Amino acid sequence: MDPLLSVRDLSIGFRNGAGGHWWPVRGFDLTVEAGETVALVGESGSGKSLTALALMGLLPRSARVEAAGIRFAGQELTGLPERAKRRLRGRDLAMIFQEPMTSLNPVLTIGRQIAEVLRLHQGLSAKAARAQAIELLDLVRIPEPQRRVDDHPHRLSGGMRQRAMIAMAVACRPKLLIADEPTTALDVTIQAQVLELLDRLRRELSLALLLITHDLGVVAQWADRVVVLYAGRKVEEADAGPLFSDPLHPYTRGLLAASPRMNAGRHYRDGPLDEIPGSIASAAGQAGCPFVPRCPAAVAACAEAMPPLLVPAARRAVACPVAVGLPLPGSPLNSPSAASPEFHP
Amino acid sequence: MTTPGRLTRRFLRTALQAIPTVLGIVILNFLLLQLAPGDAADVMAAESGTATEETLAALRARFGLDQPLLLQLLGYLSNLAHFSLGYSPRYNMPVAELIGQRLPGTLLLMATALALAFVVGLLLGLVMAATAGRWPDRVVSVLALLFYSIPGFWIGLMLIVLFSVTLGWLPSGGYQTIGGPSGGGPAEGLAALLDRLRYMVLPATSLALFYVAIYARLARAALLEAQTHDYVRTARAKGLPAWTVMTRHVLRNALLPVTTMAGIHLGGILGGAVVVETVYSWPGLGRLAYEAVMARDFSILLGVLLLSSLLVIAANLLVDVLQAWLDPRIEAS
Repeated sequence: MDPLLSVRDLSIGFRNGAGGHWWPVRGFDLTVEAGETVALVGESGSGKSLTALALMGLLPRSARVEAAGIRFAGQELTGLPERAKRRLRGRDLAMIFQEPMTSLNPVLTIGRQIAEVLRLHQGLSAKAARAQAIELLDLVRIPEPQRRVDDHPHRLSGGMRQRAMIAMAVACRPKLLIADEPTTALDVTIQAQVLELLDRLRRELSLALLLITHDLGVVAQWADRVVVLYAGRKVEEADAGPLFSDPLHPYTRGLLAASPRMNAGRHYRDGPLDEIPGSIASAAGQAGCPFVPRCPAAVAACAEAMPPLLVPAARRAVACPVAVGLPLPGSPLNSPSAASPEFHP
Repeated sequence: MTTPGRLTRRFLRTALQAIPTVLGIVILNFLLLQLAPGDAADVMAAESGTATEETLAALRARFGLDQPLLLQLLGYLSNLAHFSLGYSPRYNMPVAELIGQRLPGTLLLMATALALAFVVGLLLGLVMAATAGRWPDRVVSVLALLFYSIPGFWIGLMLIVLFSVTLGWLPSGGYQTIGGPSGGGPAEGLAALLDRLRYMVLPATSLALFYVAIYARLARAALLEAQTHDYVRTARAKGLPAWTVMTRHVLRNALLPVTTMAGIHLGGILGGAVVVETVYSWPGLGRLAYEAVMARDFSILLGVLLLSSLLVIAANLLVDVLQAWLDPRIEAS
């Protein structure tokens, strides 16, 4: 069976001052099966949100999106006219955003904003759409939905607003829901509730979830499969279990080592957490693997060309020959002393 | 809280706050006008050319101008408390009646001009925002700059030259055809309305152009700003067509700054009306105020000033209510 979404060789570019383009996302492949939760992981600036917006067709006109193919629910999206794309948006393909505080229109009641989608895509009457909106608010566990439906967003807490956003997104039973850091702006206690809600809706409405996050705790708990992005490149992809038990790419290893939750039993008094030296911008404008300046395992060959994705085992991919034990020519670039932080107690 | 309840509370609060404000304005106006040299008796005496000291004194005594300042003020306030605006020595009739004759003409002109400016300004703003940085935006921007910088009286005169003198399409002044549009007595119904409308076009346009420029620039900025908000992306993510996103989600948020400005103008447009009413000999309050200054007829002037301050307060109230309706986040706190 065809996967629900398959993206081949997606690149997103913006015009730079010199008349050319710079490409924050390059050669990105992604498949999402119906009903599964795929996590897109990476630090800020790795291209996660750009990828999501490109899939939704919400990037500004100045952005250049190139892909060998984006197939969604048996339909090719590249080259599809805007009208047809619009009909997919909000109906089969929905998205919720990071900032529930600003993502709802402040001057319209949440009921109207939910009803708007239903009226647009299902042609419901105002009355039927309102009744459906109340049901949806109930579905996302907003108390007193009959009263809340007439409230304006500013009367709702952050968690409630994100629930209202989710109700809006799932109103037409989409096949794929893209959640762009849905819990980053929320309290920790609310985060768990919202993620639980998303997972419940995924099962009840049998939708696939593309979860964009930089919270590895969230990934470990909710994702079926994980795609790790670094500087616009996919560096590793694996099922959640194997990824956490046996990370291959040096970047993934660094991420896991730097995460306090992944090191249960370890206390902050035992010493500082590991960190990845440098920043994501370190490799700007360089050929080769973008992680080279920060990589403890890098050798000279790494800086010459971007390593291809290798498949060391079933359902796994990693863009690092060193990690899978392939010998590469050249001497190590970053000696351990230079790669580790200078300050150590 | 429900929307009507919210609006009523806001209305009552503003109305209550207005009372001390109006009182202060009246007293201040009264004292300021005393600074002008001469009084109504002087002007009337000078016009008649044969006045003696005795007739002057008699005139002053008749209109109470010989009383001490404080007594005059108290007398005026007591009049106001009885809902009387006093008596005009110049026109020999109650001020309220005089203003009542002129008010409808001015209100009509102001409302037409502002409504015209608001609608045209908003439309131009939409065009500019939709084509920001491209040539329609540039052309309208230059046009707006022109409207903004050309003085109202000059625009008025040029419109008369073009449409009345050269083309002969529209009358150059007045507010209706004397003797009726067909010449056979005053018109009634639709014919009268159309006749009045013809007289309204030029003054309303000259008054409106300046405000068109302001609203167009303001609407452009507000629309462009509102377009960058996250909720616009949400609206697009729903699959709404661009036009619906613009009208339902962007425009309503962008209306706030424009209505605020229009409200402020509604109170202040009387100042612009003085010039336009003079150019087009439109029988309105602005011209009455101008004539009152020349005749030192302070009871009329005080009445007009009081009315315009009431107008400002009413306009502010209207804006408050309108904003509370447009933006539910603004609550009576």
